Amino acid sequence: MERVLSYVEAIREATDQQMAEDASVVVFGLDVDDPKAIQGTTRGLSEKYGPERVFGTPLSEEAMTGAAIGMALAGLRPIHIHIRMDFLLLAMNQLVNVAAKSRYMYGGQVHVPMVVRCMIGKSWGQGAQHSQGLHAYFMHVPGLKVVAPTNPYDAKGCLIQAIHDNDPVIYVEHRILHFQKGAVPEQPYRVAPGKARVMVEGSDVTLVGISYMLLECLRAGRYLKSVNVDAEVIDPIWLSPLDSETIVNSVRKTGRLCVVDNGWTTCGASAEILTQVIERLQGERQVVVHRMGYAPATCPPTPALEDLYYPNARTIASAVYDLVKGGRNHWLPDERKELQEMEFRGPF
Amino acid sequence: MRKAMVERLYRSVYRIRRVEEEIARVYPTDKIKSPVHLSIGQEAVSVGVCEALRPDDVVFGTYRSHAYYLAHGGDLKKMMAELYGKATGCAKGKGGSMHLVDVAHGVMGASAVVGTTIANAVGYAYALKLQRKDSIVVSFFGDGATDEGVFHESLNFAALKQLPLLFVCENNFYAIHTHLLRRHKEANLCERVRAYGIPVERVDDNDVLKIHEQAKAAVSQLRGRQGGPFFLECLTYRWKEHVGPNEDFHLGYRSHEEARPWVERDQVARLAALIAPENRECIEAAVEEEIRTAIAFAEHEPFPDAHELLTDVTGD
Repeated sequence: MERVLSYVEAIREATDQQMAEDASVVVFGLDVDDPKAIQGTTRGLSEKYGPERVFGTPLSEEAMTGAAIGMALAGLRPIHIHIRMDFLLLAMNQLVNVAAKSRYMYGGQVHVPMVVRCMIGKSWGQGAQHSQGLHAYFMHVPGLKVVAPTNPYDAKGCLIQAIHDNDPVIYVEHRILHFQKGAVPEQPYRVAPGKARVMVEGSDVTLVGISYMLLECLRAGRYLKSVNVDAEVIDPIWLSPLDSETIVNSVRKTGRLCVVDNGWTTCGASAEILTQVIERLQGERQVVVHRMGYAPATCPPTPALEDLYYPNARTIASAVYDLVKGGRNHWLPDERKELQEMEFRGPF
Repeated sequence: MRKAMVERLYRSVYRIRRVEEEIARVYPTDKIKSPVHLSIGQEAVSVGVCEALRPDDVVFGTYRSHAYYLAHGGDLKKMMAELYGKATGCAKGKGGSMHLVDVAHGVMGASAVVGTTIANAVGYAYALKLQRKDSIVVSFFGDGATDEGVFHESLNFAALKQLPLLFVCENNFYAIHTHLLRRHKEANLCERVRAYGIPVERVDDNDVLKIHEQAKAAVSQLRGRQGGPFFLECLTYRWKEHVGPNEDFHLGYRSHEEARPWVERDQVARLAALIAPENRECIEAAVEEEIRTAIAFAEHEPFPDAHELLTDVTGD
């Protein structure tokens, strides 16, 4: 029988198994050892592995990120956790100038195996500085790997891969994805970098969803089914290195591509994916493209505006319908309860 | 024993001085296409501190990287080849003067962005403590780095975890061209660091023997049961321009009068006077030969192949 875990439990189990296997794995960040244990993802680890390997830190994002790099240089495999991704902006110097570049600028004499876990927030008024999906900032920089698993299976396999990886990995979680449940093998396994997964096969249009937006894309696919539009839905999983091959192969078949990002579109992951696909297929295949993401504004906390800020299954379905049929069709599916479920309630 | 130590210190300060004078001599030929931040005048700090270290101790530093790199045993030939951009440079021509590295000799690298490596040194020291090793870490930085937030965050965490880490502030008074007194209301760095719960010492005259003595005491404390960290402030003076091979007194931000006492206390001349002439000549001849060999090596080595552009970006 399949064993079902939540995304949170999958992360906790991956961390626990790797800490048991390898004494060089350490976990730290503000509140990793507090009673809430980072939504439960670090529960019990401090008791099991001791306060030297699992420890809360001062709120010093730059120094603690720099310390993670120093630990990695000394042979540890640090996992540094941020409760919200927005705080990574305080650590950009260390991530971009040191973690990403050390292997190269020291001519291969060193490598920096470290994992930066960070969470994107959404809804319940998360607002301007608790909601940002900044993964594109990191995709831009050679030397960093970026992963955004969307289900418990990948949450575990990607984290184990990230811990073993000899490069710095930005591991992007989404607060709402924490509630996902799914089959997770107990034995450790890895989900390899640079390999996307086709979640649903289809022939009319390719739909790529990043982080939480993958869920909305899967729901959009079900709305589209009801009007006989057959969407192929792809989860890139790893944003850097990006598996453009799988997406290109899909678009070669469908001729239509819509990328829905959990972030802004300008200079974002959606722009990158569209560009790579068009560069590959131009002259070979006529392709129409569309992208969706956060509205080009700061995230508003009021639900009245926040609902408009994010793409959702229905607005995605509507846009994809236009992409497939051509022109503006003004079709918006009626809301279906089973495609609206949202387990997250505040405050955090 | 003291005689042998003085001779070691002399060899080290003389070697760094002469290497940098040679860099300054070669620089106008454009064979070195790397911004060089020379330590001429400041050698005593690196030399005095590194004399107190063991080979298994680790140093992190700044873009003014030549002095501590050489003082802690970094390979001179590989350093010169790096400045020339050659494939056999310490970073295969991918680092340059501001990012010298020699992991085999405990030189862990440097950042051009001021203050950055202080936090890396903190993490390294945390790992050493966790791994129950008795090596220590030295973090070299200038007074400019004390302006940065990461300096204060790092002091706090190092103190909290009692890390085996010696902070060495090479206070040459200037962040590029701006004096400490124009950057801080309170210029007493030691007082500020003490407030974090860290013991401090200050050497205010660039005296290499005093610096060594203080470093030795600090290192022995770090290795002992008392633990760390420790903060050592060394006042010193940069004779050359912030970056480049020349002097810069014509710019007017500082004067010859300000520099004079530091030049008069030159530690190269001072140690030279303490050594018997025949020993001194012997040391100097050996250093000169080593420098000639290193420059010839750098001149003749090949540049990196084109494929190196995309290697070492990631591990796979």
